[in-house]
Amino acid sequence: MNHDDYPDAYIRSILDEVKTIAVVGASANRVRPSYFVLTYLLSKGYDAIPVNPGRAGKPIAGAMTYASMADIDRPIDMVDIFRNSEAAAGVVHEALELDPLPKVIWMQLGVRNDEAAALAEAAGVRVVMDRCPKIEYARLCGEIGWAGVSSGVISSRKPAMREGYQRFGIAAGRRD
Amino acid sequence: MSDNKPGFSTLAIHAGASADPATGARATPIYQTTSFVFDDVDQAAALFGLQAFGNIYTRITNPTTAVLEERIASLEGGTAGLAVASGHAAQLGVLHTLMQPGDEFIASNKLYGGSINQFNHSFKNFGWNVVWADTDDPASFEAAVTERTRAIFVESLANPGGIVTDLEAISKMAKKAGVPLIVDNTMATPYLCRPIEHGADIVVHSLTKFIGGHGNSMGGMIVDGGSFDWTASGRYPMLSEPRPEYQGIVIHETFGNFGFAIACRVLGLRDLGAALSPFNAFLILTGVETLPLRMAKHCENALAVAEWLNGHKAVEWVRYAGLKDDPYHELANKYVPKGAGAVFTFGLKGGYEAGVKAVSSVNLFSHLANIGDTRSLIIHPASTTHRQLTDEQKSAAGAGPEVVRLSIGLEDVDDIIADLDQALAG
Ligand SMILES: Cc1ncc(COP(=O)(O)O)c(C=O)c1O
Repeated sequence: MNHDDYPDAYIRSILDEVKTIAVVGASANRVRPSYFVLTYLLSKGYDAIPVNPGRAGKPIAGAMTYASMADIDRPIDMVDIFRNSEAAAGVVHEALELDPLPKVIWMQLGVRNDEAAALAEAAGVRVVMDRCPKIEYARLCGEIGWAGVSSGVISSRKPAMREGYQRFGIAAGRRD
Repeated sequence: MSDNKPGFSTLAIHAGASADPATGARATPIYQTTSFVFDDVDQAAALFGLQAFGNIYTRITNPTTAVLEERIASLEGGTAGLAVASGHAAQLGVLHTLMQPGDEFIASNKLYGGSINQFNHSFKNFGWNVVWADTDDPASFEAAVTERTRAIFVESLANPGGIVTDLEAISKMAKKAGVPLIVDNTMATPYLCRPIEHGADIVVHSLTKFIGGHGNSMGGMIVDGGSFDWTASGRYPMLSEPRPEYQGIVIHETFGNFGFAIACRVLGLRDLGAALSPFNAFLILTGVETLPLRMAKHCENALAVAEWLNGHKAVEWVRYAGLKDDPYHELANKYVPKGAGAVFTFGLKGGYEAGVKAVSSVNLFSHLANIGDTRSLIIHPASTTHRQLTDEQKSAAGAGPEVVRLSIGLEDVDDIIADLDQALAG
């Protein structure tokens, strides 16, 4: 995978396919970016699971926090890493010990570790780096345009609606 | 289209506008509403806390206006846009986000007269101090830099016309000083020039002019270039410090490369209040769809009129960068290769009186204070737009007593020339 520039179809297929997401480094502080992402993923129907040893056993935004990925009682489709680029390697190693393996390892905006990414890809795990799943989801479903942000998506189709007045979703099988 | 990036004309029609989510309406609907119903208390809290994307109140966001924002951001190659009520409101919004009382910004001395007024008077009341530099001398920008400098402001093509700014040279000065370069791209539009590609960090527009293009709607736009590091220097606390307005959110950290546009919206527009009407957004969007066609024709007509004036016996000089012997022709080839715009000035041998006579004698041309209409427009700046300036400022801004400014419209060029011919006769 070229990690400098991801095709929309690659990101879309990941966000369309995964259901369970471990958010490693999730904060209970309501103004931290990791809290924003966790609550957004929950609102889009993902089973987002905060991982933070300092907070284990207590919920964040209603989702129970685990001390480590290994403690989580269900298979994880995607690992979303809120740690710095160096520390991301350790999280990737831990993720590659999981059984079953996660399908995707995602490093947040500003986080990139090419060595760890190569390791994950060698194990058949798809990798995204230096991106935010909240921004990517909002971009691909069209919600980000409400904030005046350029989505880069050109389409004459109707956005896929989710329940509620102001909630879009990613449409499966859509052509970009 | 699948592999290639869509072209400019495709973006001018499509960017930001998929079919309406509620009805499938293909033209962008006018969401003429002040406010939006919440799904539930949790969603309302997420919206107010900036955690979710969505609409609360039209002063902050509106789905019609949002299409215009995404459209212009996309045409400029920026990360995000913020539409406001006028070009002046855009300038206010940008500087409100960058400046604290006592700070300075450096501005080119060749600007729209209204901007010179805004900077010299209104902004000084906020404690934002303008320092003037010479557009034609990029080193003068460097010489003006102090500890308190927070930004540099220029126009790409400068109003009242004829001047092309060396954006790359001035962008180098801005980078050296560690401050953003703000470019007012009103006169060029992104069809002729995309300042972000030449090193601009922020682009502002008066949408009132060529972008709307039909002389029917006021509007302004702020475009975030997306590459400036707002955190490194600690000089931009609106972006780099926890904000008490939102329980301690740090905007740059949270919103990354579109943080500047978000700050202008949620810290600026929310409180300053100069929101664009959704109806104006709709009219301007309709204009944008034909921007490439209109700009090409505006430039073609303007060049023909400038060439004709250049040979007229009552005319002392013509300042249009599209003319081969013009001092700005080389810069025009670099920055506006598709055409030097449609606004330019010429000087009449008869001075102030001849200028007054010309604007009084036209018939097809409209004598008014605007540019960028389908109609051809004429003004004598010394007796109107630039009246408040001192004689020295008038000449520095290219608006001396003999100067007439034209904004060439989309009429048949023979009719435009015939009207000028009779107005300049005898
Ligand atoms: C170059 C330029 N910038 C800014 C403005 C101000 O825009 P508005 O009149 O929309 O406030 C104008 C208006 O004439 C202009 O020509």
